[in-house]
Amino acid sequence: MQTHIAAPTSVSIALAGSGGSGVMTAGTVLLAAAAKAGAYGLMVRTSGPQIRGGEAAALLRLGPQAMSSLDDGFDLLLAIDWQNVNRFADEIVLGPRSVLIGDPDEGEAPEVFKATGARYAPLSMKKMAKAIPGAWVNMIALGLSGTLAGLPLQALQDAVRESWKKPDTLEANLKAVAAGAEAAADIAANLASNGGAMARLQATALSAQPRWMISGNEAAGFGAIRGGIRFCAAYPITPATEVLEWLAPKLVEVGGTLLQAEDELASINMIVGASYGGVPSITATAGPGLSLMTEAIGLAVASEVPIVIVDVMRGGPSTGIPAKSEQSDLSFAVSGLHGDAPRLVVAPTSIGDCLGATQWAVHLAEALQAPAIVLSDQFMGQSRAIIDKPVDAGYRAQRLTAEANTPDYKRYRNTPSGISPMAIPGTEGVTYTADGLEHSEAGIPSSQSRDHVLQLDKRQRKLDLFDYGPYWADLEGTGDAVVITFGSTTSAVREAIARAKAQGVDLRLVAMRLLAPTRPEQMAAAVQGARRIIVVEQNHGAQLFRYLRAWYDFPVSPQSHHRPGPLPLRPGELLTALLDWRNAK
Amino acid sequence: MNEIDNDEAATGCGSTPNALTAASFKSSYKPIWCPGCGDYTVLSSVTKALATMGVAPKDCAVVSGIGCSSRIPAYTTCYGFHGVHGRSLAAATGLKVARPDLQVLVAGGDGDGYSIGGNHFLHACRRNVDMTYLVMDNHVYGMTKGQPSPTTEPDWDSKLSPGGTGLRVFHPLVVALASGANFVARAFAGDLNGTAAIIAQAMKHPGFSFVEILSPCVTFRPEQREWRKLVRPAAVEPTDDAARAARRLMTDDGFNIGVLFAGDRAPYPASMRQPRSTVADLESEFAL
Repeated sequence: MQTHIAAPTSVSIALAGSGGSGVMTAGTVLLAAAAKAGAYGLMVRTSGPQIRGGEAAALLRLGPQAMSSLDDGFDLLLAIDWQNVNRFADEIVLGPRSVLIGDPDEGEAPEVFKATGARYAPLSMKKMAKAIPGAWVNMIALGLSGTLAGLPLQALQDAVRESWKKPDTLEANLKAVAAGAEAAADIAANLASNGGAMARLQATALSAQPRWMISGNEAAGFGAIRGGIRFCAAYPITPATEVLEWLAPKLVEVGGTLLQAEDELASINMIVGASYGGVPSITATAGPGLSLMTEAIGLAVASEVPIVIVDVMRGGPSTGIPAKSEQSDLSFAVSGLHGDAPRLVVAPTSIGDCLGATQWAVHLAEALQAPAIVLSDQFMGQSRAIIDKPVDAGYRAQRLTAEANTPDYKRYRNTPSGISPMAIPGTEGVTYTADGLEHSEAGIPSSQSRDHVLQLDKRQRKLDLFDYGPYWADLEGTGDAVVITFGSTTSAVREAIARAKAQGVDLRLVAMRLLAPTRPEQMAAAVQGARRIIVVEQNHGAQLFRYLRAWYDFPVSPQSHHRPGPLPLRPGELLTALLDWRNAK
Repeated sequence: MNEIDNDEAATGCGSTPNALTAASFKSSYKPIWCPGCGDYTVLSSVTKALATMGVAPKDCAVVSGIGCSSRIPAYTTCYGFHGVHGRSLAAATGLKVARPDLQVLVAGGDGDGYSIGGNHFLHACRRNVDMTYLVMDNHVYGMTKGQPSPTTEPDWDSKLSPGGTGLRVFHPLVVALASGANFVARAFAGDLNGTAAIIAQAMKHPGFSFVEILSPCVTFRPEQREWRKLVRPAAVEPTDDAARAARRLMTDDGFNIGVLFAGDRAPYPASMRQPRSTVADLESEFAL
């Protein structure tokens, strides 16, 4: 796996305001401008619970290398207005080096931000926008924040040109960007004499690497199609809807189809039906939907029908915190089916890896005729990042199917690998009934002990014996202190490990991509020589830690660092925790 | 009239050596049903109807949920899918949309279809995917040994609902019609040939076809043996006017047998099969 350690010289910017003020658009264009200037970056969306009009913020981090994690705090908070923006105080961490820009005509900056010691620079942005007929205030904010971050005006205006949908107001808004840039120069001059300049991007040479801009949810959708998915049944749910909305037109493009289901019970059963028909199939959901789907995921286990479910995790339990991230569906994903039901659980380790991990999940599900759950999360799914074009690892759907008129065909034959050829409807002479009832090798319902044990063994064996190769985990670094993690937390852990290395402390990373089935031998090799092991994750119950304790033998007793969402684990927080752990007696 | 009838002429199937017969669709697997169960004859009606369609068993899929009648897929030689309780229509919808070339028949009981699967019933009617849904309605949960279903009379006494549920009886045909089913019929399990003919008509009709089959449970509802005396051919011709069909259905006593509505609504579009782009083409939107 290609990986990137974030450079310490990044710039973090929060653009905030009430929904409809255009901060998300400004953030998206700012990210595009950074791309044009040869930089890398990341944009995380955060908003209040309102459907429209609530507080919203675009959280950006820009730098000279690819990043998949936010920094510890923000260099700039620019608010178009202050309506409920104080609710982001925990999320948008400021300090004395930070800059706080607000429109004095929209009221005073909230005390919670001023109290951080951030330097306040009031600017009448709305009046500036009004002075240019047809201009939008968010474009003033774009010019202002982009220039403070060190992006050239040319890149900012080029990005606006590419994204602007109303030609009649384009010129006015290019002027607005320029006006914002001009104001930024004045503010920068003041900052220089008031505590020092704001962090800014150094001029970077345009990256020669082909690069992509992609969100985790889009990446999961593309990974699905590249893996071979041609059918999707969809029921909308935050924060997974974008996977489905991306797939809807794209599946049609490649000769597949997406169907909107009446509920998650339907969507999961629809994909089981479609895949039974021989068409690789997927759905995407979040915790509440996954809960509803579990019975039919068990059906896919028992009837040995390959399916893929992308679970974009959000805060739970129950309805929980729909638009915020948490890694708390892990226990449920690895064990939440009734009966002994072996399944695949795969987790991407970065925004870009949502592509590769989903593609791999399609390959595994099809090869093993089993359900695969992809554990993404809101942070990866809804964040947009500039990444180097991912290498296609080549994983594709390859299902072992039955030949027509196979003599003595038995759908659930007890083969050495546990994988038995699947007859696809339309194939002559091998018809059978797929069944969620326990069955004989021929597929006839059976409550006989012999059949039950045989089929349980078969379904477990095919997962256990499969060669998952090195892709089961990202293994990085050296040293006798090992950090085990998974999912979006990996990026923050990577950055903490890089910072530790800069301080002369070597830490080893095991970022698990394959969570089920378990890989005891590979893990034993990965942690060989470890004198300390710590498990890092974002949930309240230390779910990965407990899972590992149950299934893996470690040379030393592991420790746990875990806390729930909605706030992401920060590299600095992890660095402190990891150094404390590393240096403890 | 409920003995097995192998007279192919009755359903218009030819007698050439390669012709498909009802026997071509019947598996050797012995049903688990009680002696006298209405579902035996429904099975014969199904195999007979399939024989008239001229589609080989390999190109037919029989999809079901859970319950006595939902055991039917394995009793045919078609591709079968015996899924979870109440979700047969969802599984069949996925199958048919992904594989429009298949003849898809969905079958189950009243508990499976109208209670746990009620929501899918509404939306399958609305969606109008080209498939046929047979409900073997015996007004009882048989597999769990005698509990009231949505079509059970409100005062029917049982261990689970002593003295009866007191609930209004569900009217599947009216609900199907109101929800947009393109073909609505009622059949009686005791009439093998009549039911076979209705099923064949349902399969030939485009869109979502719904056939409610009165299929007595002689074990838990022995009084349903009397249905034989109560059923009668509907005294009306099929209509394509939903309002007329609704008036008929709202006032009928549940024993009028025949095709009661045959609409002309366009079925759910078959899955797109011709790619317009390659997978590599899709990458361009991400490239900087």
